[in-house]
Parts: sequence; C-alpha cells; structure tokens
Amino acid sequence: MDILLQQIINGLTTGSVYAIVALGYTMVYGVIQLINFAHGEVVMIGAMVAFSVIMAVVGMGLPLPPVVIVLGGVLAAIPVCMAIGYLLERVAYRPLRHAPRLAPLITAIGMSIVLQHLALLIWGRDPRAFPQIMENTSHAIGGAAISSVQIAIILLSVAMMAGLTWFVYRTKFGIAIRATAEDVRVAALMGVDANRVIAVTFVIAAALGAVAGVMVGTYYGIAHYTMGFILGLKAFSAAVLGGIGNLAGAMLGGILLGLVEALGAGYIGEFTDLCQWPVARDLLAERCMADGHVVLFGSNYQDVFAFLVLILVLVFRPSGLLGERVSERA
Amino acid sequence: MARALIEALNLEVHYGGITAVKGISFAVEEGELVCLIGANGAGKTSTLKALARMIPSSGEIHYRDDRLDRLPSHALIGKGLALVPEGRGIFTRLTVAENLAMGAYHRNDKGEIGADLERIYAMLPRLAERRDQVAGTLSGGEQQMLAIGRALMGRPQLLLLDEPSMGLAPLMVDKIFEVIRTVAAQGVTILLVEQNARLALQTCTRGYVMESGRITLADTSAHLLADPRVRAAYLGE
Repeated sequence: MDILLQQIINGLTTGSVYAIVALGYTMVYGVIQLINFAHGEVVMIGAMVAFSVIMAVVGMGLPLPPVVIVLGGVLAAIPVCMAIGYLLERVAYRPLRHAPRLAPLITAIGMSIVLQHLALLIWGRDPRAFPQIMENTSHAIGGAAISSVQIAIILLSVAMMAGLTWFVYRTKFGIAIRATAEDVRVAALMGVDANRVIAVTFVIAAALGAVAGVMVGTYYGIAHYTMGFILGLKAFSAAVLGGIGNLAGAMLGGILLGLVEALGAGYIGEFTDLCQWPVARDLLAERCMADGHVVLFGSNYQDVFAFLVLILVLVFRPSGLLGERVSERA
Repeated sequence: MARALIEALNLEVHYGGITAVKGISFAVEEGELVCLIGANGAGKTSTLKALARMIPSSGEIHYRDDRLDRLPSHALIGKGLALVPEGRGIFTRLTVAENLAMGAYHRNDKGEIGADLERIYAMLPRLAERRDQVAGTLSGGEQQMLAIGRALMGRPQLLLLDEPSMGLAPLMVDKIFEVIRTVAAQGVTILLVEQNARLALQTCTRGYVMESGRITLADTSAHLLADPRVRAAYLGE
C-alpha cells in the first residue's frame, strides 16, 4: 500500500472539511472583524441534527436509498444552523457592535459554551454513533484506497467553495458584502444596510458549517456535543494560516492543514522511532532488540499539528499565506 | 425662488466634549451649485457627514418632505442624496466596475444602469480603460473620478462633495472641477465643501463661509470673492 498517497487522500478529505468550516470564520471576520468562536458549535449542532433525522428515518424503516436519507439529514441541519447563526448575530453580537473589541469576543466564547450545553441537554453526554447506512465502497487508486464517502466529501466541498466564490464575486449582494467588509460607512452611502449584510454573512457561514458538520459525522461515524470545539479551533487555525478575512486563504489553509495533519500523523511515529537513531539505539539496545521500535510520539498526536501550524504562522507570518495586512486586532 | 431641496436648521455636531458644528442653518435650492468654504477644522466635513447621517447630530435636516435626521445613512441614496466622502472612500479591493456597480446598488432598473454606466465611462474615459483594475491601484485623481462616477451611478438629485481637490495635482484638480461643472449643468444640485476657496467660489454661484463651527458669511460667490474679509482669510491677499 502506498502510505504517502493514502495520507494525502485522507488529508484532502479532512482538509476539505476544515476549509468549509474555515470559510465560516473568515467570512464573518472579513465583515465585522469578529472571531465567532461559537462557529464550531454551529458545526456540531449540524452534525447532531442530521444524526437525529437520519436515526428517525432509519427507525421508520422507510425503503429509501441511503444517500437520500443522509441528504435529508443535511437538508434538516442547514435551516436549523442558519437559524442559530442568525440568532447568534442578532442576540449576542449586534447589541455589542460598537462595544470594545474584547466584549463580543468574550460573548462568542460564552455563546459557544451555551450551545455546547444546549446540545448536551438535547443529545446527552455520550457520543452518538451515526448508523452505518452508507455502503462505504473503497476504490483503489495507485496503491491507495479512497472511499465513496471521501469522494463525496471532497466533491461536495469543492462545489460549495465554487458556489460561494461565485456568490461573493459575481452577484450584486456578494459585491455588497465585500464593499461592507472594506468600509461599512461608505457602503451605507450606497444604500447597503450593514445589518442585513452582516446577518446574511452569519447565515451563509452557518449553512456551510451545517454541511461540514454532517460531513464530519458521516466520515468519522460519530457525533458528540464537544466535537465542535477542537474542530472549530482547527478550522480557525486554517483560516489564520490562509490569512483571516480572505476567502481563498481559508480554502487553501484548510486543505493545507488537513494535509499537514494527515502526513504528520502518518509519519510522526516513523520519525520519532528512537531505534533508528544510532545514539539512541545504543542506549536502548535492549528494548530495540525486544520490540524493534521505541516510538516517542504516535499518531495520537495528530491534533498537535494544527496548533503547531497556528503558532508558526503567528510567529513568522501573522497575516497568513494570502493575507495582505497584518492585523493587530484582538 | 424655488423651495429648498435641503435645509439644515440649528445643526449641531458633538465629538465627545467638543462641539464641531455649533447650531448652523443653511439651505440649498434645487439646481444650485453651492459651496461651503473655511479653514481646516472649521466643521465643514462634520456638516456633510451629519447631512449624510454618517455621524449623529442634533437639529433638523429637511430634504424635500423628509426629515433626514430621522433616517439611517443607507436610506438616503434611495431619496436621491449621494455623498462623495472626504478621502474619496472608494473600495480599494473592488474593481473599478464593481465600485461603479455599488453606486447603483439601490437601483433595480438594469437597462438604465447599463446606459448610465456607458455615460459615465464616456465622461470619464480613464475609468473605462481601467474598468477591470482593482481600484486601489488607481492614482489619486483617478480615484476621485471613480468616487464621483460611483456617486453619479446612484442618479442623485443632490450631490455632496467633500474636498474633491484634496491631495491632487493642479492639472487633476482642474479636470475634477470640470467634471463637477458638467454634472451641475446636467441639473444635479451640488453642495461642495472645499479648502481651495478661490476655486470653489469661481465654480459655485453661492457660498457659505464656516469658522470654528459657525457660518460667518453667506453670500453670492461674486460678493464673497470681493469681500475683504474673505480675501484676507481665504484667498491669501
């Protein structure tokens, strides 16, 4: 098996999901310079709603094709998440529009906790396993395997990125979003109602998040009320890597982060196998003889890479790969 | 005499503890080209910003049958009022064409918008040449042209211009003022704020002089140009 190719395929899959979630962070940041820390929770709720709908449909025993059932889950998750996105903006952030920057940031963390515990009340504290209804056929490509779920995730993500790019760059409302992002007060002179643009931005971000949530749920086959936290942080790191506020940056950052993470997790064991280094091999001769390997870090260190990347970006290129201006904002 | 298109009564603007505009009243009638001159910090820009509802103010602002002081900024262009802000305020990351499209954001008459766009490209050919360029790459003069063109895309009846000559080379200033005269000749009412008092008074029919938040003189441009106080304070004579 070609491990490198396999890790690239896995990385592209998770990277696509990170990219979609990162777009949610970056769109909101671009328009109101707020890091919506509750966005990860919106993604989690998307996964949870889809889980409930899929369970209910499967429970009814309707003779529907699995794809239709999952699609039903997606179509239920999107409006629920859109409503939450709208409410977040309306109730939690709009009243603080002119407050010092730290206030909405703290509110965002607060909303994140509120949403997590709401999910805890509704769906319980145990991980919920998605029913394995999708026939997960594996396709061999060049010595590696790609599953139909992976193909679906990558294709759907690419379609959503293309759709969003078209919306933001080719439609009148998209141009208004970009104009508002640059100068709210001048955009208002053109007749743009900033509140409407901001609300729409939150709703679009939430809709993307909903789909990402269902993708994560079906990919790992599991949903949990805390899953949005780490996913959100990683996607946020991806957005920063690409240059926060920059759409193309979020896409690039997401994919790159997925690749770094997959390759890192795939090879860290090999690189930190002390038995391959002469000095260590002599010191650990007995154990190397017995086990063959003394591995310092295993693939369970996967989550470290996202934050390693975040730290490196913040130290060496705080404006991100595609970001043009260095932001000193909170 | 025609009734005023816009009339401010006792307009006041405060920034924290500072009063930038101290209860001024003035009016601009339909079809007029009026200027508001004065030194740096006299309150001219604050006055325009208050009219466009970009900053809070007290006092009344009448515009036709509306009270502008009760409307949000984004409702004004629909009423026919456009402001070319100080420093031009173009969207630097949008293309020239997108900037102009933003000017027509409130309109829904697609065919007419296309015709207006062609008219503006004909009047400002530099913009036509650079229509797909990101606006931030334009020169200062071109950016000012774009800001005016963008405002015209909204088909305003009243155009507020804030320091259109600021930071531009003399040749470019002449061009900009030529455009302003053309627009006025097309029937658009203009209120022009300018530090370049001579040029402003030579362009406008009437003028107001502002000094530390108050209107100190109001007269025809010819009288103001001849007024010894104006000549001493603003025309450097």
